[in-house]
Amino acid sequence: MTTTWGAGWALLRRDMRLGIRQRSEIVMPLMFLVLVCTLFPLGLGPDIPRLREIAPAVIWIAALLSSLLALNHLFAEDFADGSLEQLVVSEHPLPWLMMSKVLAHWLISGLPIVLLSPVLAFSYQLPADGTAMLFITLLLGTPTLSLIGAIGVALTVGLRRGGMFLALLVLPLFVPVLIFATAGVVSTVSGLPDTSHVFFLTAMLVLALTLAPFAVSAALKISLS
Amino acid sequence: MTEAYSAVQPARGNGYYTALCDQPSGTRMLEIEGLNFSRDEEPILRPLDLAVDAGQVLMIRGSNGSGKTTLLKLLCGLLPVTEGRLTIRMDGQPVEPVDPAFRREHMYIGHQLGLKLDLTSLENQNFFAAFFGSDLATPRESLQRVGLEGYAHSVARRLSAGQKKRLSLARLVLNRHRFWLLDEPYSNLDQAGINLVDDLMTEHTRNGGAAIVTSHGTFVPQVPDLKEIIL
Repeated sequence: MTTTWGAGWALLRRDMRLGIRQRSEIVMPLMFLVLVCTLFPLGLGPDIPRLREIAPAVIWIAALLSSLLALNHLFAEDFADGSLEQLVVSEHPLPWLMMSKVLAHWLISGLPIVLLSPVLAFSYQLPADGTAMLFITLLLGTPTLSLIGAIGVALTVGLRRGGMFLALLVLPLFVPVLIFATAGVVSTVSGLPDTSHVFFLTAMLVLALTLAPFAVSAALKISLS
Repeated sequence: MTEAYSAVQPARGNGYYTALCDQPSGTRMLEIEGLNFSRDEEPILRPLDLAVDAGQVLMIRGSNGSGKTTLLKLLCGLLPVTEGRLTIRMDGQPVEPVDPAFRREHMYIGHQLGLKLDLTSLENQNFFAAFFGSDLATPRESLQRVGLEGYAHSVARRLSAGQKKRLSLARLVLNRHRFWLLDEPYSNLDQAGINLVDDLMTEHTRNGGAAIVTSHGTFVPQVPDLKEIIL
């Protein structure tokens, strides 16, 4: 007999192993992020103050779209190969299992974005405190995006052309995270108080951690039936 | 198919599956009364009455689209029971398909086998052992039981369809589950594979378990207590 904790850990390890083996899951969103961030200076020209000004929004929007790109893979393979059915009919609480899956997904596709952000910030010549704030907002914001996005993926997993629906469904839900995150970095760079933005992002993460696994479970059951 | 199959006597009792299900043979484990299912007012399953006892294998036969998979999905709780009555008995007590007590005691293997093709056979089994428990056999022993000991480090994607089916069956050997719900377990298998499925079900039912399997074929499984219905 396996404990719920053990089952979640087993699922996390398996998904991490799969993610590392299928390297495109890590590389593609990162490549997308880097490409989008590179295109802006090419389009706007070498106007450093202007680039520095738009850097928080550009990097965050690129990170958001990159997360969206990676989200498509969250349940697609599990749905196709029958693994999702195995999880749903297992004795273990589905929300807990979904938490494991989303965590694995974030570690594979979200954390690399966070770790890459100082390099991108440097390329836009963001000051050190702005770079640190960008790192913090991404660290708090990208897991929230994964959790919110997982609800949309669970609802659209059985649909043909679900990717388009997914974007329409979850992008509006990503907006509060985007607003508070970019505002936080802009406040830091401008020397304004920024802690309230971090608190809001933390609150959104806690809320998503608490509610999203249940919403994902309910959505998956609907999709599978 | 039936004649060809009957000519081969499977080797029984390899000793890996030795658990007792604590359920005397003949004890009623499942009752269905007037169960049916429709989607968008289109009937998928006609009203059905049946019962399964401990020690029995229920073979559900039917042509494509007759509702075999739907019935299994109703039994394992993937689909909600909206019409009719489904009573599952665990130690004499009725439980729902979504009850954790039942979920702990059943193993469902559907059309899609639940295998990760980018993992090796052993890695797949390691996951199932960690997820479902492995009280009866280690992952390596389970691979040995289904004849895949030589493929432990082969990536599942490179296995043949029959070997993938065997790999999916290997999870039955890992732990004790009273109910086996198997969707087309004989598909893609050669004669030795068919014998293997019968072996596993024979050992399972002798130990007080019950199995519900579907097939669109006509051959008869070689198990001690077989019951058949046609959808």
